[in-house]
Amino acid sequence: MVRLLRFLFFAIVVRAVALVALGLTVPHRARLPKKGPAVLAANHNSHLDTLALMSLLPLRLLDTIHPVAAADYFAKPGGMGWFAKNIIGIIPVKRGSGKEGGNPLAPCEEALDRGDILIIFPEGSRGEPEALTTFKKGIGHLAKARPKVPVIPIFMHGLGKALPKGSALLVPFNCLVSVGELLYGRESHDAFVAELEARLTTLAAEEKLPAWE
Amino acid sequence: MTTMFGIPANVVYATAGVYALLFVASAIVWMMSRSDESGKYRELKDRVRSWWWMIGAFTLAMLASRTVAIVFLAFISYLALKEYLSLIPTRRIDRSVLLFAYLAIPLQFYWAAIDWYGMFIVFIPVWMFLVFPALMALRGETQGFLRAVGTLSWGLMMTVFTLSHMAMLLVSGDAENPVAGGLGLLFFLVMLTQFNDVAQYTWGKLTGRHRVTPTVSPKKTWEGLIGGIATTTLLASLIGPYLTPMDWRWSALAGLIIGVSGFLGDITMSAMKRDLGVKDTGGLIPGHGGILDRVDSLTYAAPVFTHFVRYFFYP
Repeated sequence: MVRLLRFLFFAIVVRAVALVALGLTVPHRARLPKKGPAVLAANHNSHLDTLALMSLLPLRLLDTIHPVAAADYFAKPGGMGWFAKNIIGIIPVKRGSGKEGGNPLAPCEEALDRGDILIIFPEGSRGEPEALTTFKKGIGHLAKARPKVPVIPIFMHGLGKALPKGSALLVPFNCLVSVGELLYGRESHDAFVAELEARLTTLAAEEKLPAWE
Repeated sequence: MTTMFGIPANVVYATAGVYALLFVASAIVWMMSRSDESGKYRELKDRVRSWWWMIGAFTLAMLASRTVAIVFLAFISYLALKEYLSLIPTRRIDRSVLLFAYLAIPLQFYWAAIDWYGMFIVFIPVWMFLVFPALMALRGETQGFLRAVGTLSWGLMMTVFTLSHMAMLLVSGDAENPVAGGLGLLFFLVMLTQFNDVAQYTWGKLTGRHRVTPTVSPKKTWEGLIGGIATTTLLASLIGPYLTPMDWRWSALAGLIIGVSGFLGDITMSAMKRDLGVKDTGGLIPGHGGILDRVDSLTYAAPVFTHFVRYFFYP
């Protein structure tokens, strides 16, 4: 039942919003993964980011797509927690819990071992609309733990204009979802994260983006 | 006026003619690209395929019902305004104002749908023109005010006001065009404007040497412009008497006016693109670019032709 709801939500609502209210331009679309396991690593400006990315992958993969989300924000009891878990299909991760000795990314690694596709926003939070912030290290650790899983860098622009942090009002804007060339994890997670950041900066530089001040 | 399936018969014949032309064009492109493996016809093939989609959607919407036709035209305006607002620099503070700008579209097309010409003609150039700067002023942010007001006003005029003339022509034409109704007038305008684009492009490709506007649109040539307009004028004089209340001489003049204004709409949009530093306004239509790249000539041709017909042929 919930699985059907999730399918209908993504097949109808999300695709209609992406098509009519947003309109996504997708340079290098062919670089999107055809199957899992894979990690989509994108910059984060809006709650719409996850939905926009998920609308670009074929519906037959829907069951395998899981956005990685902060447990303290999304995995709360109540309507939003239910929606995030069952409809969006998040994998909750405890922010900062790596310092306590456990492996907060264990559920992500298990998902990748099952062949799932993860969506990760390495900036950690949506932050200032349409501005890149420093990447967190988690993605580097995950890529290092699963070095055979491709990580696809994705640069998005415009969604933070359509629905920025702190607003409940969706204003239609055409949005850009530019797909970069995949890369793999390596020994040094810092070097990996730096490389990933560089890829996103390169993707951003390919486009002529209007000012938003 | 004879009708078929409730549609003016001449519009049905015109539609069949458009599809015949499209079929011939597709066949030519297929022949040209058949033995080619270098991929240089890729864009041309994309273009023709997109024409099938666009003409299919347009004719289907126009022939379905009056309401569907007007909603379709309003949706084109919406896509055009969205593309425009996504291209230009905007201020964060104006986000909610921009949402109101979208709401002007259903209202403007509603005035056209109920044939309320007086409101239709003042709603955007007077009311919206006054309301949006005031709204922005009330928000209290003066930094970049003039640019925000100027770009929004021009954008609303170009994407909503001018294009909504198509809906006005459709609705108001029924009473004034005994030959083929409002639909005949709209088909005449849209067919000739799009045909003119293709004709200018084709003449330019085949014979073009001397540039018209080297700084704005370097691919436009005098040969393409004159050849295209002449072809459009000829076609207009042939089909005008069957789709509009005009005889062949007036139809030829209308064709000339559509050709020239279409060209002006095209280079105006090109100047905007140059200023913004983009090649296409978007990626919505493969081979063509964005929606504004496709309707740029209509932004001038639609109001100019509508007012030309109104002035000379409406009581």
